[in-house]
Amino acid sequence: MKARHKRFAIVLGGLAALGIAAALILNAFQSNLVFFFTPTQVANGEAPKDRAFRIGGLVKEGSLQRTDITARFVVTDTAKEIPVAYTGILPDLFSEGKGVVAQGALDADGKFTATEVLAKHDENYMPPEAKHAVDQAHEASKTLKQ
Amino acid sequence: MNWGSASEFFAMGGYGFYVWGSFGVTAAALLIETLLVKKRLGDTRRLLRRELAADRESQD
Amino acid sequence: MSQPLINWFKFASPASFYPLAGKLWPWFAALATAFAAAGLWISFFVAPTDFQQGEGYRIIFIHVPASWMSMFIYCVMAFWSAIGIGFNTRLSGMMSSALAPTGALFAFLSLWTGALWGKPMWGAWWVWDARLTSELILLFLYLGYIALTAAIDDPRRADKAGAIVSLVGVINVPIIYFSVKWWNTLHQGASVSMTKAPTMAATMLWGMLLMALAFWMYSIAVALYRVRAIILERERHATWVAELPEMQR
Repeated sequence: MKARHKRFAIVLGGLAALGIAAALILNAFQSNLVFFFTPTQVANGEAPKDRAFRIGGLVKEGSLQRTDITARFVVTDTAKEIPVAYTGILPDLFSEGKGVVAQGALDADGKFTATEVLAKHDENYMPPEAKHAVDQAHEASKTLKQ
Repeated sequence: MNWGSASEFFAMGGYGFYVWGSFGVTAAALLIETLLVKKRLGDTRRLLRRELAADRESQD
Repeated sequence: MSQPLINWFKFASPASFYPLAGKLWPWFAALATAFAAAGLWISFFVAPTDFQQGEGYRIIFIHVPASWMSMFIYCVMAFWSAIGIGFNTRLSGMMSSALAPTGALFAFLSLWTGALWGKPMWGAWWVWDARLTSELILLFLYLGYIALTAAIDDPRRADKAGAIVSLVGVINVPIIYFSVKWWNTLHQGASVSMTKAPTMAATMLWGMLLMALAFWMYSIAVALYRVRAIILERERHATWVAELPEMQR
């Protein structure tokens, strides 16, 4: 084997290793591309039935109840809803009307028991005073429409 | 101004660990990279000077 | 051929780029320091507290610029790789290798600051969603480029192999960028984009843009400095290297 051929083989081997690594990662990636399912997708039977999965949506206003260390709330995508029970510490940004992603399993009567709850926040950043003004403007436009 | 005192500034409203962990590691990483490239060019120059000096001696 | 093209190729020779890079880097370093000072001042003393995340959101001032840089540097590497393959210029491979460590560093910082931001806000250091996973793949692409080019002794062949990695891997950059639109992710959407008005208060936006400029200038300065070392390493037997003033002692 000439030195040139040997180098070529090394380059080829390196690229092949890189390709295999990329394929493995993309494969793992594929099963996680759908990071969470919305309540509508769950209702349509799109969520996996044989393994744990994540649901995502908004915490329905007025649905949060805390008993001891268990929190119960409803996840909604405004079309469908799923009741969730979770025992553990909720993240700082968890609150009613905000985004949430919960991992767990659905039982026979449609209740979701979560093992992990993550807060999904939006891309808006502003000082509290500005948020207050935005909320007021929003309220005003709602009243006008009615 | 957002801060009433130095301790308030360092506490970052309870997020001190996360905020300073981010800014601190970033500053350290950029500083280390700067020192490493300085060292790399310095080392290379020193090596080449030595090689050139050896070449000149062998030619004399 | 037209005159400017010839001038352009003059600087594409390592012998003339070495002194040029030496003259340029201090200016970029000075700009980086100035932008960083202004950006940090705004980040901590001018930008207000966020209505949702309190002071914790201030991580954005390095997280977003670091993430932008990690993607942008990869695109620049791919650009130099394409030039190298197309015109067979020696300098382009050296530019790619000079950029790779800095790009890898920013990809790491993006993931690091993201973890420190995710833990308090989301409730997790890490999740395997499309945005985070594709950014991790970007870090692996940088590391793969560095490992592959280091493993091949002949620099020209190393450049070729590296160029293929960076040109193939550049597909990942739009995947990272659009991941939050294409798939359900835990990561939020973009606050700043071409298509809509930024969803941030103006002072927060200024802090972020100044920090991005600082990282940009830093990257140029450090890459110019590193490319000088690479040029010397590779051109060590050239007569112009022996004639350099710093080689005369």
